Parts: sequence; structure tokens; C-alpha cells
Amino acid sequence: MLQSLNMRATVLAFAFLAVILGIWEMANQAPKAKEALTEYEILMGGADQEARVPPPSKVIGLAVEELSDPFYDKGPNDKGIGIQLGYSVYRVLSGYFMAAVIAIPIGFLIGMSPLMQKAMNPFIQVLRPISPLAWMPLALFIIKDSEASSIFVIFICSIWPMLINTAFGVANVRKDWLNVARTHELSPLRTAFTVILPAAAPTILTGMRISIGIAWLVIVAAEMLVGGTGIGYYVWNEWNNLDLTSVIFSILMIGIVGMLLDMALSGATRLVTYKE
Amino acid sequence: MTAVHYFVEAENLSKRFKTKDGELTVFENANFGIHKGEFVCIIGHSGCGKSTIMNILAGLDGASDGALFMDMKEVGGPALERGVVFQNYSLLPWLSALKNVTFGVRARWPQWSREQVREHAYKYLQMVGLGDGAEERKPFELSGGMRQRVSIARAFAIEPKLLLLDEPFGALDALTRGNIQDELLKIWSETHQTVFMITHDVDEAILLADRILLMTNGPYARIAESVKVDIPRPRDRTTIIHDPGYYPIRNHLVDFLVMRSKELAGGPGAEREVKAETGKPDGYVRVFPAEVNPARDIEALPSEQAAQAANQ
Ligand SMILES: Nc1ncnc2c1ncn2[C@@H]1O[C@H](COP(=O)(O)OP(=O)(O)O)[C@@H](O)[C@H]1O
Ligand SMILES: [Mg+2]
Repeated sequence: MLQSLNMRATVLAFAFLAVILGIWEMANQAPKAKEALTEYEILMGGADQEARVPPPSKVIGLAVEELSDPFYDKGPNDKGIGIQLGYSVYRVLSGYFMAAVIAIPIGFLIGMSPLMQKAMNPFIQVLRPISPLAWMPLALFIIKDSEASSIFVIFICSIWPMLINTAFGVANVRKDWLNVARTHELSPLRTAFTVILPAAAPTILTGMRISIGIAWLVIVAAEMLVGGTGIGYYVWNEWNNLDLTSVIFSILMIGIVGMLLDMALSGATRLVTYKE
Repeated sequence: MTAVHYFVEAENLSKRFKTKDGELTVFENANFGIHKGEFVCIIGHSGCGKSTIMNILAGLDGASDGALFMDMKEVGGPALERGVVFQNYSLLPWLSALKNVTFGVRARWPQWSREQVREHAYKYLQMVGLGDGAEERKPFELSGGMRQRVSIARAFAIEPKLLLLDEPFGALDALTRGNIQDELLKIWSETHQTVFMITHDVDEAILLADRILLMTNGPYARIAESVKVDIPRPRDRTTIIHDPGYYPIRNHLVDFLVMRSKELAGGPGAEREVKAETGKPDGYVRVFPAEVNPARDIEALPSEQAAQAANQ
């Protein structure tokens, strides 16, 4: 039954894909010139074709071409899609792990101590709603390096969901389980590692999953801003080149990489989730 | 009634909670003791403060007044020498049954090897009738009865000086409860640990206990009586009802729960007429629960006398 449900869903998904691609392809057929072009149209060079969104066939063609050699490097303005994505993923992961290293211990502290919770709360409430890109000028001024600045922006946007979820997960560990630790005379450190961490792990990982999603959203914008390398820069550069086929192709790649990052985190979440 | 040296002794123990509607005195000036190797049950209506007493015995919560001693030392916090079986099992859901037990064993004997810890834990799991693969299952894959068995194995495995059980069979069906009671009796007869157990099941208390403490309703609950269960061991669930002492004890307990637990409920400063004890400063009073042995003094049943005894 389940298998047949999956089967039917797959078939339906392919059907949707076919319909979407079909409509997209059709809508982009150049109109047959039934009537004589108006003077205006002639002036515009009959540039009809170029002004249209490229059809899927062209995008697929480009995808095959790009993905068959994703890592070529022919100077600053012509690098393979793999290299550009690689830069972006590298920045996301660096900023993200730096954030995790800081957010999770602080989250523990806040979750375990009501005093810390009260003392830190105003800072979190003020800093959290700031758009990560708003930090960019300050980061560029202080760090004086565009690469490090984008990593910093990723760091700052990843930190909040992890911090808040860790604090929440830690603060809400069942009193009974903590009592088990207490009656077994566990040291605070052992309690943290053998009881609180496994108990809060699903909540912490949910925060980490939200963070990686936000980080991937933000890196594209950050790279558009600072330029140089990365998938965000690539999209903007192709737009400046008016190469819409490449723009659409890279949009799809951004989606696919984002999905893979999310799948990795959801897999990790499943590993630490426990049933009661 | 003075100069008895109990293994565990509560001295004018009081517990008050601060609530929205002011202060709630759960119990006040409770005095009782437990001898070494003794199996003591405490019975009382729901909400009278049994779990509160147990949390204080476990060291998880402090008393508002008075003191608690074990082995002549004041109880200051939770410790491995007091094992606890919680009302809701409190197994760690991410650990297998065996790992839940080794969790305790490793904490108790950190110097032991991995193999030693495992063997010791497994031995106790087998004592409560778990093993043959069940030990590898996570708590959610176990029935309520099996979970409670794991929880009991965890508590016994650390070989505490005092074992505290909070309504361990409350959530189980009658058949399972009977089986685990048998296992508890068996494991207790092998280890002869000192046990303090909360229950609201009269038959369970008679089957298991050497002595039953009766707690009146709260607030200002009192431990009114200490009932001796004068029935020889080993006891068996099916034959114990034929013991001549069984029904007198049972009737006494039921009479208390139905009638007197309410009548005897205390108030602020109840029944503490000033009665100086020898060797203690003036005004120091300790009122111990009245000791009764319904199996012997079959006559001494009626409520009147017991009530007076409690007030002596
Ligand atoms: N932490 C607490 N704060 C306030 N009141 C409490 C707290 N714990 C227990 N109580 C109250 O103390 C009384 C005794 O509770 P408890 O010991 O759990 O009863 P029992 O275990 O006998 O059913 C109840 O009225 C309960 O509401
Ligand atoms: Mg209770």
C-alpha cells in the first residue's frame, strides 16, 4: 500500500514536471510573424527572441554542458558552476560551524541557568531581528576582507536559531531525567554530556537545520553584494551578461544544493531523535 | 519510644510549599524511623504528601524544618547510597534497557571495566525477569511492566543502602503488578536492602512490608500510625490471605483509609502538647506514630482507641 502510494506520487511528480516544462517551452515559442511588423517592432530589431525567458530545452542543454565539466577555471569571470558552488558551500559551512561552536555552549549556559537566561535575553532580542546583510558594511570595515566578511555574515545569521533552540531544549529537559542524574551523583559535566545533551539533541539539531537553511539563503545575497566568487556572484554576473539561461540554471542549482544541505541535517536529526 | 536508633530517622520533619494562595503546609513535625533491612510501606490518600516525603528522603528536595538522618549522618542531597524508583519509571528513552542499568552501575563503580559493568547490570536485569534480547530494546519498545522492571533493576543494581520506591506499580494492570511484586520480593529476600515504598494498594503493602506507616490526609498531614505486619516470611500472594493475621491487618488499614485518615488529619500545631523529653531542651517534642499490631491485638482495632493512642 505504502509502496504503491510512493509509486503513484512519483508518477504524479513526473507528470507535474512534464506539464510545467511543457507550458514553459510552449510559452516561449517565438510568435510566427502573421502580420507585418509595425515600424516600432522593426525599430526594436524584432528582438523578440532575446527578451524572452529561455525555454527549458536551452536550460537543460546548458546544464548538461556545465555539469559535464563543473570545475573548469578560465580566469575570474569564467569558472565552472562546481567551483562557484564550492566557494559558497565553503563559506556557509565555515560560518555555520563557527556559529555552532559558539551558539551551542552558550545555549547550554542559558538553558541551564535562569540567571544567564535573563541577563542574555535583551541582547538576543535586539540582535536577532537584524538582517544579516546589515552587518556587511561594518564587517567589511572591521575585517577588511570580503571573503571573511561573508563568512561573518553567515556566522551571525546562523547563530540565532541554534542558540535559541539549544537554550530551549536544555531548559526543557524533563525534571525526572535530571533527577536520575542527581540521584546517581553525576558531576555537572557528566550530566551535561550523558543526560542533557542526548535529551536536548533533537531540539538542538532542529535549530541547526533552520540555521543551515537561513545561511544558504543569505550567502547568495551576500555574494551578490561583495562579488568575486560564489554562486551569488555568478548569478549576478550572468544577469549583467544578460545570459538568462545561466541565471535559470544557477537558480536551480541553488535550490538543489540547499535541498542537499537540508537533507544532511534532517538525516542527522533522525539519528538523535528518540521515541518515548 | 525514645532512644530507639533507627537506620533512617526523620526528626520533626516539615515541608511547606509557597503557592499563589499563600503557604501550603504539606506535613509538619513528622517523626518516624526505618530499621536496617526493614521493608516499610507508607499508605495514604493521593495528594497527602507521600511523594514529598520521598523526595526529601532521596535528598532531591530539602525539608522546610526538621532533619533527616541516615546512618547517623544528616541527608544533605541526593546520593548513590539512596536508590530511587520513580513513579513514572524515568528511564532515559535514548538508551536501551541494558544501557539504562549500566548507566547507574558505571556511576556507582567508575573504576569497573566495561565488561564488569555489563555483567553486573545484566545479572540484575535477569533477576527481574528481563534478558534474552529484551535488554537491547529501547524503553518505547517495552511494555509498562517491563519498563518498571528495568527501573527496579537499575535501582537494585547500584546496591544502595536505602531503596525508595514511589508507587512503582501504580500504572500497571493487576496481573503484571502481581508478577513484579513477586520479583521484588525475590530480589529483596536475596539482597535484604532497606526499602521505603509508597503505595496506595493495601494488599500490596501487606504482602511486601514489615511495617506500614499510615498517613492522614493533608494539608498538615500526619503519620498517625505504624502498623506492624506480623505475618511470617517467606510470603506468597496466594497463601498469605489464609494467615490469621491477614484480615485483621487488612481491616485495620481499610478502616484507616476510609474513615480515620480524614478524622485524624491535623491542623496547625495539632497534638503537640508541650512534653519535654529527657535530655532535650524544654519545649522539644517528638510525637512518634502510634505502634499497632492488628494481627496480635485483634481487639485493639476500633478507631477510638487508635486515635487516642496517636494523641498520647
Ligand atoms: N513543588 C510543589 N509546589 C507546590 N505544591 C506542591 C509541590 N509538590 C507537591 N505539592 C503539593 O503537596 C501536596 C502533596 O503532594 P504529593 O507529595 O505529590 O502527594 P502524594 O504523593 O501523596 O500523592 C499536594 O497537595 C501537592 O499539590
Ligand atoms: Mg505521589
